[in-house]
Amino acid sequence: MKNRKAFILILLGVFTVVVLVMSPFWGTEHVPFGSVLKAGGEDARANIFWKFRVPRVVASFCAGAALAISGMAFQAMFRNPLATPFTLGVSAGAAFGATLYIQVGVLFSVLGIPGKTLSAFAWAMISVMIVYGLTRTRRGFTTATMLVAGVAVNFFFSSFIMFIQYLSDFTSSFRVVRWLMGGFEIVGFDPVIRFIPFVAIGSATIFMLTNELNLLTIGDDLALSRGVRIIRVKAIIFIVTSLMVGSAVSIFGPIGFIGMMAPHICRLFIGPNHRHLAPATFLFGGAFLVLCDTFARTIISPAEIPVGVITAILGGPFFLWLLMRGSSEKSVIS
Amino acid sequence: MKEPAVEIKDLSISIGGARILEAVSFSVDEREYLSIIGPNGAGKTTILKCLMRIYPNWTGTVKVAGIPIDAMSQKELAGRISYVPQSEGRSVPFTVGEMVVMGRYPHLSPFTSIKPVDREAVEQALEMTGTSGIAERRFNTLSGGEKQMVLIASALAQGAGIMLLDEPTTFLDPKHEEDIQRVLATVNRTLGITILNVTHDINSAALNGDRVVILKNGRVIYDGDSESIITNELLEGVYDRRFMIHRHPRTGQPVIAPDIIEP
Repeated sequence: MKNRKAFILILLGVFTVVVLVMSPFWGTEHVPFGSVLKAGGEDARANIFWKFRVPRVVASFCAGAALAISGMAFQAMFRNPLATPFTLGVSAGAAFGATLYIQVGVLFSVLGIPGKTLSAFAWAMISVMIVYGLTRTRRGFTTATMLVAGVAVNFFFSSFIMFIQYLSDFTSSFRVVRWLMGGFEIVGFDPVIRFIPFVAIGSATIFMLTNELNLLTIGDDLALSRGVRIIRVKAIIFIVTSLMVGSAVSIFGPIGFIGMMAPHICRLFIGPNHRHLAPATFLFGGAFLVLCDTFARTIISPAEIPVGVITAILGGPFFLWLLMRGSSEKSVIS
Repeated sequence: MKEPAVEIKDLSISIGGARILEAVSFSVDEREYLSIIGPNGAGKTTILKCLMRIYPNWTGTVKVAGIPIDAMSQKELAGRISYVPQSEGRSVPFTVGEMVVMGRYPHLSPFTSIKPVDREAVEQALEMTGTSGIAERRFNTLSGGEKQMVLIASALAQGAGIMLLDEPTTFLDPKHEEDIQRVLATVNRTLGITILNVTHDINSAALNGDRVVILKNGRVIYDGDSESIITNELLEGVYDRRFMIHRHPRTGQPVIAPDIIEP
């Protein structure tokens, strides 16, 4: 049993490495393997490879891993496979924060963290608090209560984003619309380097909380009786997921459904124990988004479609499937 | 003088504006088997949840082995008291083995995997509860009786000297009920674990265990020998009805006979 799980993790690791190495070679412009190693040259292909494709693959891997692991933590904490930062409106809150920052136009940064990310983080935190507060008002809240709360928060922030767009001029409005679709059209490693610390801190924290996540899955009362300081643990999870989601959204836009699909698919083949599920979700979420993005930039080549469109097309039916399945089995997370 | 295992003094709590417990005081000696009975809504479960700090906003003093529980971290508390909640409606996908390993939480650190001492405690807990054979099965595929037994095993693996149980036999058939009672008796006698058992089964409270505390409307109205609770003078005051009392065929102790309901 234990060996089987270790084997699956190793397989997943190999899969991830293969995806990471192969994806940059794939694209409109064919890049032969030999040409990328000619360092320092003015080779156009090597330039495409190192300046555009590699940063993009690394960025989409980090974003996928961060969103997936955040989704996993939410699912454990809310004891529901449909609970993710995206479905509960945290992404929308972060998007609102980023849009607000862009439109207000007061440029600031704290400790080198850009204001856009800070604003996205702050509003992600606020939306988490709203949803969590709403689900806590009635004892024994149901899936319905939680999803309705998420939908309400989503609507609320989406309307505000629309309002801001209405007030702004056409070009910036278009930029916001395009950014809201999500995408990794980045140049160079700068955005990636700004993003990686958040992913590293957030994921490391979640990896340290796997025992707590297991107990939270069973119930707050049982977790407490085993010695978990649940208020503290939940606050930590809220903060680090908001950090990860906020920074991902502010840089790449709200990319939906990865946080719901990746942990759930991983649970099917490695089980619900977060000690194995967390690393599996991290790897799979990252590799999965790299594949989605590679698909997005090659399917109608030379043009591209936003990767958020791809994940939403996959995620919508998946969401419905989970919803149907959940209502028939009445199980929390399985 | 030896400190009692649990000492509760003037424990009061209001939840949602309603007074649930009103100045509850009693103590439990080490190795004692105490049953808590009383009508629905008397506050039995609430006492356990206050002890476990699941409800944090109570007033009064609660001491465990002489130490006020306010002064303990949640992990220290978990090292001394384990809790078996009601198993009804719990649907979790973990295997039985994983559930029992989770009982070791207060002894685990985030990165190291379980140590031989943990493994030993888990194995002993599985063995004592007769759940070794289902260790690889998923919790949500088990019957009600098996689920309850697994929750007890998980609490047992926690290695605390005091165990709180919330109606462990309420939804079980007579066979599983007896299995649970037997495990509790063994845990109490051979491991010397102090037991606080909330139950609706008056006969079982009278026959199994050393002492009974009876609650009504959030107050303690009886605290004493388990054998002497089966009297209509006492029970009518608790449940607002009279019971048919006869003698146990083997021991001669008074027990309650089920009534025949006539329309």
